[in-house]
Amino acid sequence: MGLDLSMTVLIVDDFATMRRILKNIFRKLGYSSIIEADDGTTALEALKKEKVDLIVSDWNMPKMSGLDLLKTIRASSQYKDTPFLMVTAEAQKKNVIDAVEAGVSNYIVKPFSQEQILDKLEKIFE
Amino acid sequence: MDAKLVNPFISATVKVLETMAGITAKPGQPYLKKDNIAQGDVTGIIGITGEANGTISVTFDQGSILGIVTKMFGEDITEMNPEVADAVGELTNMISGQARRKLEEEGRRFEAAIPSVVTGKNHQITHFTSGPVIAVPFATAGGAFTIEICFEK
Repeated sequence: MGLDLSMTVLIVDDFATMRRILKNIFRKLGYSSIIEADDGTTALEALKKEKVDLIVSDWNMPKMSGLDLLKTIRASSQYKDTPFLMVTAEAQKKNVIDAVEAGVSNYIVKPFSQEQILDKLEKIFE
Repeated sequence: MDAKLVNPFISATVKVLETMAGITAKPGQPYLKKDNIAQGDVTGIIGITGEANGTISVTFDQGSILGIVTKMFGEDITEMNPEVADAVGELTNMISGQARRKLEEEGRRFEAAIPSVVTGKNHQITHFTSGPVIAVPFATAGGAFTIEICFEK
């Protein structure tokens, strides 16, 4: 199955810089429906307002971390099947294991290239 | 301070700038820094804990950071503003993460806090521990920047 460029992507990161970089990459890949949130709690608010097809989230954020957001999503009857890509500087083995156990769809480590993002999307949606 | 802690941060800095901004950063000779005055206009600083506690800072002069952020965003950024400060925080975060990953491969585990950013000419850098401060200057096409590594043992 190819990538569906009409899907809505939710980018969650407390750093505006990273949201901007990811947004630019997704736009270059052909996605136009992109929404943003600056931490886990605002991401949950955004999910209530709009149907989201992919969540791309940082790990290390104030208030609600990416891991806590992932656990909340997977525990929700409404959003539990939403693909979740963790994009983070936290790449130690324990972090990866924790994310996999919590049900992450895939995991990408900063720094990353556009090609690496595309590769992860293809793996998630293959 | 264990000198083996320095190299992972140098190679992490080179890799982060190359991957995220397509910028080549050439490291110079490391030296022992004696004061706490920043060698630039904006500094990202992050606390690190683990088998040793310390801080890492990255200080950019205006030319280097505007060049880096312009490449990262794919659009001209010509003045220092909150977006540039935010980018410095994220770069510091990525350098810390990349270096800690290298250290973990050697069996050395460290964790990091959320970075903070200080701006202004001649601002001060406050390392959280009292160990020696090793500074490493870097050159880019747009200007210079310096990383500082300070661990308590």
